[in-house]
Amino acid sequence: MKPGTVTAPLPIAQTAPVDTPLPAARRDVAPLLLVPLLALAALPFVSFPTWITLTVAGLAMGMMIFIMASGLTLVFGLMNVLNFGHGAFVSVGAFTATLVLLPMRDWLDADSLAVNLGALGLAVLLAMTVTALLGWAFERVLIMPVYGQHLKQILITMGGMIVSEQLINVIWGAEQLPLPVPAALRGAIFLGDAAIEKYRLMAVVVGLLVFAGMFLTLNRTRIGLLIRAGVENGDMVEALGYRIRRLFVAVFAAGSALAGLGGAMWGLYKETLSASMGADITVMIFIVIIIGGLGSVGGCFIGALLMALVANYAGFLAPKVALVSNIILMIAILLWRPAGLYSKSRG
Amino acid sequence: MLVKFLSNDLPRSRLLAAVLVAIVLGLLLAPFLFSGARPLNTAATICIYIVLVASYDLLLGYTGIVSFAHTMFYGIGAYGIGIALASVDEPTWAVALTGLALALVLTVALALVIGLFALRVRAIFYAMITLAVASSFAVLASQLSDFTGGEDGRTFSVPELLSPGFTLFENEVFGRAVDGRVITYYIVFFGCVLLFLFLLRLVNSPFGRVLQAIRENEFRAEALGYRTVVYRVWANVLAALVAALAGALMALWLRYVGPKTSLGFEVMTDILLIVVIGGMGTMYGAVVGATLFILAQNYLKSLMGQASEALAGIPGLAAALHPDRWMLWLGVLFILSIYFFPVGIVGKLRMRRFLKR
Repeated sequence: MKPGTVTAPLPIAQTAPVDTPLPAARRDVAPLLLVPLLALAALPFVSFPTWITLTVAGLAMGMMIFIMASGLTLVFGLMNVLNFGHGAFVSVGAFTATLVLLPMRDWLDADSLAVNLGALGLAVLLAMTVTALLGWAFERVLIMPVYGQHLKQILITMGGMIVSEQLINVIWGAEQLPLPVPAALRGAIFLGDAAIEKYRLMAVVVGLLVFAGMFLTLNRTRIGLLIRAGVENGDMVEALGYRIRRLFVAVFAAGSALAGLGGAMWGLYKETLSASMGADITVMIFIVIIIGGLGSVGGCFIGALLMALVANYAGFLAPKVALVSNIILMIAILLWRPAGLYSKSRG
Repeated sequence: MLVKFLSNDLPRSRLLAAVLVAIVLGLLLAPFLFSGARPLNTAATICIYIVLVASYDLLLGYTGIVSFAHTMFYGIGAYGIGIALASVDEPTWAVALTGLALALVLTVALALVIGLFALRVRAIFYAMITLAVASSFAVLASQLSDFTGGEDGRTFSVPELLSPGFTLFENEVFGRAVDGRVITYYIVFFGCVLLFLFLLRLVNSPFGRVLQAIRENEFRAEALGYRTVVYRVWANVLAALVAALAGALMALWLRYVGPKTSLGFEVMTDILLIVVIGGMGTMYGAVVGATLFILAQNYLKSLMGQASEALAGIPGLAAALHPDRWMLWLGVLFILSIYFFPVGIVGKLRMRRFLKR
């Protein structure tokens, strides 16, 4: 604002032309620095090749957790619904992937990356379709009747989780299921002395792609604009004439599909599947979105990487500490920022 | 007299009162009504679950806090007694009580810290944090095998008075030898009665009324001058203490502690199911719910097994009716009951009485 125009009757009309960009939100970079700082801090304690291996392993794990958690945090931000049954989509995704992967064993064992990836892509596609449909049904049947009632939401989604876990047992049996990694992604490549497992490398790439895709969708498209506006102030978006309910269902289904993708990847990473994997992963997902700040995709990304890196470093340096490293990290972050790294309610 | 014992909180439904009297009499006389180890085991489990569930109801039903750390406190109580008795050669009461005291101190400390840390924020935040902490605790307990016995847990011997070889009287009483098991059963039974009456007293005290006010409208309770955080933290600590005591009784009864029986996530889902099906916000709901649940768990499963065998020809149904899948049906019942009768069995019975008038 120019000095001297303060007393004019309509200063805004004079000083701010229509096409002046809105003042940008203040960027909060401190959390962004945490991941590189953590990685650097671990460097003096381990030899360099080990450090590379551990860091890549941590990044891969973090990316997978991010893929699974991102949908949940977005759903929470948009509609204030916390889905305790999110882990169900993870395990359903993983088990659905076996429907393709186990019959197509020949393709997986073939010594060609293209054929391997073809089978993998098909499996992932099926997993994502099924979990998206399941998410849609889950939202319609279970969550819609209990909007705005947190207590019932927690209980209902918990019930949904129990039922879907049991249904997996009914359909696929209660035993653990082996899940082979495609031939071309087995083993490791060596950078000097550092061994990097190929599958982890692929997980990092997929994770980055998903993050980039989400980032671009949220920041560069119209639908992303609506989602961000909905997270900021849902009532206002609705008042402007957008059907936020429909948007929400779409986001819920997309989030479930991502959880399914993450579940399939996680299953291949662990190479065995059990119906209880969803419950175990729910715990990790929760820690990540608490660290990141409920409702923040960026915070969720950083939180996932932080948690996975800490788990990997601690697992190598002090295995006993690694059992509680997640909790220690969470407490440390919450002491610094009580509502998580990025939170819309912070301030 | 009786009214005073029940803290003026009567069943308020003739049918409910009859059911409660039947349950209490059944549990009181269980050693003499049934023979064999299994019915007694079922009865003891029912007693302990009633207290465990009632203490959870103090949080969920009366205060509106969703906690997933209740099994953690239950487990701490169990491990306190278990580790103390397993680490000495000659089990004495002093050792058991020391272990229990240490466990209670740890319980209070943990409940205070978690409460102060997470209860300031929204209910949903507390639910998430307790889930994370409790699952880490369970992992810790199963991994520190030098201390806790790991996945296998620990078996231990109890003081001589409670061991099966001990007999109190020479003769049989009503056709049953009063041995250490029966004495243990009565310790469990009366311990549970005391704890339950304490909880009943608590929810009907001014303190309990404030908790209910917080559940109904936290903002208003705060505006009336109650420091809601303090009340919620206290509710959390008290519920945790009762849960730890219930865990200690369970350990004493089983003469074993392990992660599966005390810390497992299954126990937590059991508690949730019982609270909701029995009736949130009513202590009697815990009694009815726990009794039905444990009876079903012990006896319905075999029924399901028979049904599954009978339907062996139909692949989907046979698998769905397999005894191990009984949680499937309970989960469905759980969801339906949250929708269609969120007040639970006890709430429904009381409502019927209310409508009749």
